[in-house]
Amino acid sequence: MSLPSVESLIEKLAQALTPYFSSSDSPPILVGIETGGAWIAQQLHQTLNPEAELGRLNISFYRDDFTRNGLHPTVQPSSLPTDIDDKTIILVDDVLHSGRTVRAAMNEIFDYGRPRQIVLAILIDRGAREIPIQADIVAATMELDPGCHIKLEGPDPLKLVIRQLERDGE
Amino acid sequence: MENNIQLDDQGRLRHFLSIEGLDKTILTEILDTAESFTSVTDRTIKKVPILRGKTVANLFFEASTRTRSTFELAAQRLSADILSLNVDTSATVKGESLLDTLQNLEAMQIDMFVIRHQDSGSAHFFAQHVRPGVSVLNAGDGQHEHPTQAMLDMYTIRHYKKEFTGLRVAIVGDILHSRVARSQIHALNLLNTAEIRVIAPRTLLPVDTEALGVSIYEDLETGLTDVDVVIMLRLQKERMRGALLPSEKEYFRSYGLTQERLQRAKPDAIVMHPGPVNRGVEIESSVMDGNQSVILQQVSFGISVRMAVMSMIVGQSGLAGGES
Repeated sequence: MSLPSVESLIEKLAQALTPYFSSSDSPPILVGIETGGAWIAQQLHQTLNPEAELGRLNISFYRDDFTRNGLHPTVQPSSLPTDIDDKTIILVDDVLHSGRTVRAAMNEIFDYGRPRQIVLAILIDRGAREIPIQADIVAATMELDPGCHIKLEGPDPLKLVIRQLERDGE
Repeated sequence: MENNIQLDDQGRLRHFLSIEGLDKTILTEILDTAESFTSVTDRTIKKVPILRGKTVANLFFEASTRTRSTFELAAQRLSADILSLNVDTSATVKGESLLDTLQNLEAMQIDMFVIRHQDSGSAHFFAQHVRPGVSVLNAGDGQHEHPTQAMLDMYTIRHYKKEFTGLRVAIVGDILHSRVARSQIHALNLLNTAEIRVIAPRTLLPVDTEALGVSIYEDLETGLTDVDVVIMLRLQKERMRGALLPSEKEYFRSYGLTQERLQRAKPDAIVMHPGPVNRGVEIESSVMDGNQSVILQQVSFGISVRMAVMSMIVGQSGLAGGES
């Protein structure tokens, strides 16, 4: 399968997000989920408004499979602006699949405060949801074999890779 | 080796009983994990759901304020339910044996025991007798080890000094009775500290001190020269049997850390103490409250380090999947 270029996909996200950044209110907070989502959020931040606040989430403490998989001590800890109350948050991730990561990310966000709105922006929606979560903005949708794993690698350059999974540990 | 009881068959932490028997990789993983927990403390809701549904029992057969309360906070910030028992004031006074106490608590479906006991080896004893799936954390056993204290001390040192390889660390005082010193020395060695000095009168040194890989100084001023870290130990009056010391005043005169003596150390040296401090016995008040003292920071770091150890025991460490 030929994969679209990451730049063109990020460009598509940026266009779809522009209206959120054009109102006269303070700009939304861009929050990327580690690690792929954080790279995308960083690029969107440069393109859309470098003055806007930027955060990242490491959701390992909130994963529902924590007792099976444990922590990733090498992943950067979460960092969100201190005040997110009544703000709009653009939550960014590379791939939307089961929906569990987004569930965990939203739980974590609400431990920081009460945002006015959360908008979910996703690079690749590959379907096969296990919980009722959907993205507001999607750059591309893809039908993938259930045994496949798609992931953003980077940060320099950003590249989408598809791997055939061994059925162990996922 | 008896210490293997701490690890599961894949080398991951199952109990946390002593620094001895662990390796550098695990110690570093604890420090790295603790670092990611420090951000939790800065948030509106200082809680993550890692231990949700688990029950932790704090079993303290010996008095403690700091260790017990930071273990409690750590468990609470990980969303565990926590039960704190001062055992010396309850069942054991009535003649119940250690194992009976343990079995009764196990019947309450406890997942993790945090144990402090006056007998060396008691945490190992508990670990050998708990059911599979139940973990034991040593919060100090006799004169043996106090591993979470040592790890929070390592965290503090790494926080201020970054690397261990170039460091000179002095541990001053009652080494003989100190489980903290024993754990610290093992940890500092595993983390490749350049030089570990112990400074104490002969009567307060264990007979096998040299074998621990440290250099020994009986004179405080010589020992402090050019060190990067000064760790003061508490004079453990309650553990003193026999005439090991002339008097507290005499002790302060020879081994008390004063501003003047601290000047022998490097100008950016940090001063640590595991607490509780006997002001005017092992350390002068002005040093304790001075700008080189990181004694209160140690207490704060203790929460993150204890969160790290508990979460590593519950979540099998290693690779998490990339499920999206």
